[in-house]
Amino acid sequence: MSLFIDIISWACILCGGFLGVTGAIGLFRFPDFYTRLHAASITDTLCAGLIILGLILQAGFTLMSLKLLMLLGIFAYTAPTASHILAKTAFKCGLKPVLYDQKGGGS
Amino acid sequence: MKTYVLVAILACFWMINSGYLKPLLLGAGVLSIITVLALTSFMNRKDGEAFPIVLLSRRLPGYLGWLVWQIVLANIDVVKRVWLGPASISPVVFRTHASQSSEAAKVLYANSITMTPGTVTLFVRDDVFEVHALTKEGAAEVQKGEMDRRVSALETV
Amino acid sequence: MFLAATLSIMTVMLLALIRAFAGPGLFDRILAVNMFGTKTVLLVAVLSVLGGQPTFIDVAVVYVLINFISIVAVLRFFEFGRREDEAEEGR
Repeated sequence: MSLFIDIISWACILCGGFLGVTGAIGLFRFPDFYTRLHAASITDTLCAGLIILGLILQAGFTLMSLKLLMLLGIFAYTAPTASHILAKTAFKCGLKPVLYDQKGGGS
Repeated sequence: MKTYVLVAILACFWMINSGYLKPLLLGAGVLSIITVLALTSFMNRKDGEAFPIVLLSRRLPGYLGWLVWQIVLANIDVVKRVWLGPASISPVVFRTHASQSSEAAKVLYANSITMTPGTVTLFVRDDVFEVHALTKEGAAEVQKGEMDRRVSALETV
Repeated sequence: MFLAATLSIMTVMLLALIRAFAGPGLFDRILAVNMFGTKTVLLVAVLSVLGGQPTFIDVAVVYVLINFISIVAVLRFFEFGRREDEAEEGR
């Protein structure tokens, strides 16, 4: 049983690490600020969630896992707020997003 | 009712963060709970909506589960597009209408849009949201309005 | 496995730092710094649970709050600063 939980938690942590690296690569591959915001949004939601879930399974039912759960709740609350305020301020300061139909369809 | 829920939440928060049962630390916890209660009652006189009805809805756990599933699906989509490269994305900015009546439900809807990777709420004007989407498919998904309907359903308890 | 978790998070932090130094424009840098802060919190949490330092988790909780507040404060500063400039230009 403990081996089973170990395997699940390591799978969660490895998936989270892979998603994080993917998001960081997306930070370099996408063309403009708003699309990079979506790439960073991966690392803020599912990457953080999976890593913390894996750590909760690893820690067992203790005070520490409750604190990790609280950390997850704080993440779920602050990450969308931070990315919304970034997008709003950039839009207000006049940073224009690169749109699909402006690029002449594709490429 | 509001006050009891707040006291219970604050006490849980204190116990999770401290974990000690010494009388001195428990006393400090009681003192800080009283301070927070005084501050919130002072703030409630200025600001009306302190305890949103969305939190009382029976459908809230179901909505949160559905939201997590949507986030997983959207993550897989964005990860695919990161590895396929910038040729596979088609960024659009569009407007969508929010049919919620209370402020808290609108905030929940806007936050849900932002939390799903691939869509970010840029602006909220009254009940029109300006949304930036990574792909046309993601934009169509939001404009279909399933999330809007589910958040609106939370307003009736 | 502990090594794999820390190494992947460290890679993300390194890439975010490169983006923060190279990024064109202010908002790319702020985005990268925000991501760097989030990953620092995750690294501290991993060190705390897998590295056997139970007290570190409090550091993570405090760090995530400070990170959020600093990002919001910096963005508010630039929002209002820019608005005053526009008002001066409009005059």
